[in-house]
Amino acid sequence: MPEKKEYKVIGTRPIRHDGVDKVTGRALYGADFHTAGLLHGRVLRSPHAHARILSIDTSRAEAYPGVKAIVTAKDLPDAADKVADLGEGAVHLKYLCDNILASDKALYKGHAIAAVAATNAHIAEEACALIDVAYEVLPPVLEVRQAMEPAAPLLHETLKTGSLGETAEEPSNVASHLQHKKGDIEAGFAEADVIIEREFVTGTVHQGYIEPHNATALYNPDGQLTVWCSTQGAFTVREQLTEILQYPISKIKVVPMEIGGGFGGKINVYVEPVAALLAKKTGKPVKVLMNRADVFEGTGPTPASFIRVKMGATKDGKLTAAQTHLAFEAGAYPGSPVGAGAMCIFAPYDIANVLIDGYDVVVNKPKSAPYRAPGATNAAFGSETVIDELAKELNIDALEFRIMNGAKEGVKRADGPVFPRIGFIESVEAAKQHPHYTSPNGKKHHGRGVASGFWFNIGLASSVSISVNPDGTINLVEGSTDIGGTRASIAMQAAEVLGIPAESVNPSVVDTNSVGYTAVTGGSRTTFATGYAAYEAAQDVKRQLIARAAKLWEVDEEDVQFADGEFSCINGKEAQLSFHDLSARLGETGGPVVGSAAVNPPGAGGAFATHIVDLEVDEDTGKVQILRYTATQDAGKAIHPSYVEGQIQGGVVQGIGWALNEEYIYNAEGTMTNASFLDYRIPTCLDLPMIDTVIVEVPNPGHPYGVRGVGEVPIVPPPAAIANAIYDAIGIRMTELPMSPDRMLKAMGKI
Amino acid sequence: MQAFEYVAAQTVPEAVAVLKEKGQQARVLAGGTDLIVQVREAKRDVDWMVDIKAIPEVNVLTHDSQNGLRLGAAVPCYQIYGTESICESFPALVDATKIIGGTAIQGRACVGGNLCNASPAADCIPPLIVLNAICVIAGPGGEKELPVGAFCTGPGQTALERGEMLVALKIPQPSSHSSSYYLRFIPRNEMDIAVVGAGAAVTLDAAQETIVSARIALAAVAPTPLFAEEASALLAGREISDAAIDEAAAAAQAIARPISDMRGTAEQRTHLVGVLTRRALKGAIQRVLDA
Ligand SMILES: Cc1cc2nc3c(=O)[nH]c(=O)nc-3n(C[C@H](O)[C@H](O)[C@H](O)COP(=O)(O)OP(=O)(O)OC[C@H]3O[C@@H](n4cnc5c(N)ncnc54)[C@H](O)[C@@H]3O)c2cc1C
Repeated sequence: MPEKKEYKVIGTRPIRHDGVDKVTGRALYGADFHTAGLLHGRVLRSPHAHARILSIDTSRAEAYPGVKAIVTAKDLPDAADKVADLGEGAVHLKYLCDNILASDKALYKGHAIAAVAATNAHIAEEACALIDVAYEVLPPVLEVRQAMEPAAPLLHETLKTGSLGETAEEPSNVASHLQHKKGDIEAGFAEADVIIEREFVTGTVHQGYIEPHNATALYNPDGQLTVWCSTQGAFTVREQLTEILQYPISKIKVVPMEIGGGFGGKINVYVEPVAALLAKKTGKPVKVLMNRADVFEGTGPTPASFIRVKMGATKDGKLTAAQTHLAFEAGAYPGSPVGAGAMCIFAPYDIANVLIDGYDVVVNKPKSAPYRAPGATNAAFGSETVIDELAKELNIDALEFRIMNGAKEGVKRADGPVFPRIGFIESVEAAKQHPHYTSPNGKKHHGRGVASGFWFNIGLASSVSISVNPDGTINLVEGSTDIGGTRASIAMQAAEVLGIPAESVNPSVVDTNSVGYTAVTGGSRTTFATGYAAYEAAQDVKRQLIARAAKLWEVDEEDVQFADGEFSCINGKEAQLSFHDLSARLGETGGPVVGSAAVNPPGAGGAFATHIVDLEVDEDTGKVQILRYTATQDAGKAIHPSYVEGQIQGGVVQGIGWALNEEYIYNAEGTMTNASFLDYRIPTCLDLPMIDTVIVEVPNPGHPYGVRGVGEVPIVPPPAAIANAIYDAIGIRMTELPMSPDRMLKAMGKI
Repeated sequence: MQAFEYVAAQTVPEAVAVLKEKGQQARVLAGGTDLIVQVREAKRDVDWMVDIKAIPEVNVLTHDSQNGLRLGAAVPCYQIYGTESICESFPALVDATKIIGGTAIQGRACVGGNLCNASPAADCIPPLIVLNAICVIAGPGGEKELPVGAFCTGPGQTALERGEMLVALKIPQPSSHSSSYYLRFIPRNEMDIAVVGAGAAVTLDAAQETIVSARIALAAVAPTPLFAEEASALLAGREISDAAIDEAAAAAQAIARPISDMRGTAEQRTHLVGVLTRRALKGAIQRVLDA
């Protein structure tokens, strides 16, 4: 076991800095934004899943009293053949623009076609109905295997499959094919005594954040564009706006409002450019809000997938080979998370021979957006079910089987990286020893299942600056949207360095003009990377304060020591000052102290989780009730344990929803028939037991405090764990998500 | 949301007059938990909302063993399950009023609104059918009565004619050794519309061994909630047994004509009719035995 470091602030549970504003309802979200002369925008959306746009006639709408402007794709700069650089790789600019306002084709029901700005939202809505759009309706392609058929209708006439560096001759709905290879797959299966091969299907699911997308835009007469919105990253909004609008980045300021959830779905822009276009045309501030149906039909989701998994093991329980075919729906434009799914699928295991093929396939559904460990949950549903089946076949305890084959430091993943110190085995051990796992489970129709999951986490750039106040507190300025308590977890890292309480830090999340570049709150990176920047900025403050103390005491800087919030002289001279007292003396020692840091830390350190679930199946109705749930996870170091627990619980709940009821239900025309929270069934508190959490701490060598990102991996195991528990309860393997009551009844042969 | 005119009627004739004059353009506003939502989602085009909540007659709630229950059309759900004698005599109706929405919705949603909205999946309608409720209707021609089973004519369609409104529901006092039960199947434990609903009312003999009479009604398996007449009739005079209950469940399944939609498939619904009919009958019988 690694040595336990003693911390004063880290590992405690202070009240979050944004807590009072949020619980009193005073926190300002995008929809709360108001300014003089504000106009209201509304987006007209395609009623067809696949159609050519023949013409758009806005004359009737323009004549409607109260209407101030109407925009269509024609108001966007010409994007043909341009490539946009969004920092994380090149993107076809036409795809990016067409998803904001369709130019030639509507590619999903809900695709934005035009937008109106009017003096109030009701007028804008009524005017939308007066826009005459002529469509040539085309047959929709709604499922990944169908889309891959050579005869399938094409979404993009110019899209050709990119496969392992080559581009195909003929257009196709398959945007790309990727492959990861390790060892010799044939030899691996030849070595195996038991081989299991299964096919899995997962449904289209939405991130389901409570707050719909919103944006208000204003152009000043000097050409300065300001956008207030709900986003996971103000800087990524700025980058996307500069590309989509072809407008200088220096003339765009993005102000992040509070955010009511994102889960990956608030990284892509939707209404932000639309608000900007309307603002430009009217010269007035314009606010555009989505409603829930807009959110379901026009944003997100994370894609449906078809997955084949084949794994082999020797009779003494050693995994020898693993192969998978992952076909993911990208939605209307390329960019499904199949790549991430391919990185994660077999990562928890040390397997010598692996072959992974992934396909990114366009279909007539909204362009997919990241969702908490994107791609990994789909993938783990396949692999973790097969792992369970192998363990049963071999008569080895399912957790023991994972320990026997678990990845450790030095193991190379099929996609290349070699693991540093990781805590997979520790997370499985924690589950195995947990009273939940050791308790008896034998009632009729009750089942217990386990599954593990991996998410690689990301680092990327973050900037923080800290100024010292004369009363011994600090103001901490950061650019990371606070979705899950990161103001607190970042502030705590600075507080630890400076030996002050968390409450002595005032963290603010500011706009893109007011802090250095900071990448999105996503990839479980914020407590890791922005926390790292806070650590470094605090070190900068500490160095400067040491210089001030040295100046006061007329000694060399090397002779000043800082420990436990106290500066002291170590050259024999009796001198001591607390952080608090020294901060009051900045004026006389040279003026204000501002520390800052910009980081791009490479060692994000992967996260592993193992879950145990007990459930009951109603054999008459097919309904599954979750009875008990325990999640273990390696957090590296839990800065604020309550928020780590919260992240784990939230991820588990979303995973349970995905497993049991959540899915986009489409009719034959490609219309989602359940675009509301009534029929898109996210679990309510009445559907859930208390989710028990166990935080395992195997410090990440890539972070000064050992932090690993924790936000995403907890969504990965639930569907597989639940499928495995259903098998335990009724002896039936469910291979399609969601495992909703009708699918359960079918699987049980009752209908 | 579209703009509309709002009228707070003070008397039944006043409401009736507006409804008659405006016809299709006007709708009665009771709790508004269906109507406002439908107008906001542009699923219903309404130019006149006629609020009836200020009218005394539609707020009446009286119950005695002589006259049974009189339930004004605008009495909210919470008042029903909040009245002890109603809970004792009409438990199926109480089951339904307790599962409509959450506490906030129950504070405003009415049984009358649930009926007049005429959803095939409405939770109150099967209980009203098995409890033999009578609709009291006011219109330009005065007052009339109609058995609840004849009230719904299609999804969102009722027997109400131009200018008519529901004033109250009358439910006769059940005889002794009677009880009732309503349940629905939903994928979650809250927040869903019934995939299938089933209500049952039973009267047992004094020895509590034989079913004297039974009524079964179903929701969400046809364009309107259904009275399962044959299934109900075949229980009369039968000894309480699984076999009798199974036969009734099969007869109820035979009349279901469900569709497949985002709430469930037709096969699933037909299957569930059997399951829920059994559970509703057993639930009602158990309530008699426990009383
Ligand atoms: C969050 C939520 C959850 C819900 N859950 C459920 C549920 O679980 N089960 C369920 O069945 N329903 C549910 N509903 C629907 C609704 O709450 C019920 O149908 C409720 O009983 C309707 O009553 P109301 O008084 O609000 O009707 P209103 O909305 O006022 O009226 C409904 C319809 O009936 C007409 N109407 C009302 N009163 C009269 C009258 N006296 N004469 C003539 N016409 C009249 C109106 O014009 C309108 O068309 C839910 C609604 C919401 C918003």
